[in-house]
Amino acid sequence: MSKQILHLTVNGEDREILVQPYQTLLEVLRDEIGLTGAKEGCGTGDCGCCTVLLDGKPVTSCLVVGLQADGHQVTTVEGLESDDGLDPIQQAFVRRGALQCGFCIPGAVVMARALLNENPNPTEAEIRWAMAGNLCRCTGYTKWIEAIQDVVQEVKA
Amino acid sequence: MYKFDFIAPQTAAEAVAELQNRGPGGKLLAGGTDLLLQIKARVMKPAYVVDLSRVGELAQIEDRSGEGVFVGSMVRLRTIQLSPVLAERSPILVDGAKLVGSIQIRNLATLGGNLCNAAPSADVSPPLIVAGARAEILGPAGRRSVSLDDFFLGPRRTVLGPDEVLLGVLIPRAPRRSGGSYLRHTPRKEMDIAVVGVGSAVTLDDGYCTAARIALGAVAPTPIRSVKAESVLVGQRLSTELITRAAETAAEDARPISDVRGSAEFRRHLVAELAKRTLTTAWAQAQGEEA
Repeated sequence: MSKQILHLTVNGEDREILVQPYQTLLEVLRDEIGLTGAKEGCGTGDCGCCTVLLDGKPVTSCLVVGLQADGHQVTTVEGLESDDGLDPIQQAFVRRGALQCGFCIPGAVVMARALLNENPNPTEAEIRWAMAGNLCRCTGYTKWIEAIQDVVQEVKA
Repeated sequence: MYKFDFIAPQTAAEAVAELQNRGPGGKLLAGGTDLLLQIKARVMKPAYVVDLSRVGELAQIEDRSGEGVFVGSMVRLRTIQLSPVLAERSPILVDGAKLVGSIQIRNLATLGGNLCNAAPSADVSPPLIVAGARAEILGPAGRRSVSLDDFFLGPRRTVLGPDEVLLGVLIPRAPRRSGGSYLRHTPRKEMDIAVVGVGSAVTLDDGYCTAARIALGAVAPTPIRSVKAESVLVGQRLSTELITRAAETAAEDARPISDVRGSAEFRRHLVAELAKRTLTTAWAQAQGEEA
């Protein structure tokens, strides 16, 4: 078993790195590239803390083999920020204080961004369904929903 | 993580050749949402995995008009959920696919993975059995086709040989004046596994039932058809009373176990209730087409 070359684009930057065939995408991002935003919570796809965008679609990166992302585009929480500053969804989370310990937040804001990219005007029910794969143990859900609704209103205004 | 080698062929034929040449100890990797869990838990210890995510031919939804619609084994469950073609041609498969996991999981999990993992509770299995789907399989000796009725052998066991690859399923065109639906019971609304799942379909001719299919999930070592319950309906004028009788017959056909998700008795009760609800929906859809 030897390392293999993985080509991928992470947050807009082309990367070519050597990885073990059994490393998950989450391990590649954290341990090989040094992007520690995405977190390993459960490691079994239940908690959503490791959510990243793969070709724009939210996935649990703990259940992707790194080499499966070869040739693909990955966006992590670090990639949401632009030259204008934090993404509006990040600003709304900050403003609403939509976190306590913060461990789940990188996954939650990436998921919220994915939701708003697909559906800029979700109902509360649609927000709740979309966020169902992101667990917060500090009971932050109500403020998450308010933060997402804030961004919906900002975009409308 | 348990250490395995990673091979990523570009075609289904190459995948078969890799399995054949490398021999025992290999596993096909689709969406990874079941296999990687099993590897992490060391339930599965493959020497190598053959990743199918670069095999474009397996990721197609293909309308074969008269013959039906073909759904490739690598089509993601979220793609099924959002597919306009499947919304029209196989809404019962959409019913099942949209229930699995979260959006993040459905963006990874595939139709073929859900079938080949062969959990008795898999939400795509009863819908495909009800729809009369056939599995298209590629192996060293060429292609073969197997009815979904005969595809499952037991928990985590299917008819697939060690060097065979599931290409996808062919779902025949539903007859006129028919309807079908799938429901499951879970204590939580999302991110849960079916305690019981039931899929039903009926075809009507002037109020009479000319064909019926009822499939049950999570009440036997494999998803099963309840032929006895189907025979209660066929040839009869459909009514609420008849549907209730068929639903009770389906509950008798179930062979559930008691486990952490529910007792055998509770599961039988759920089969009757879900069969009644899915048959009622299927009946209403068929009547709508008949009107």
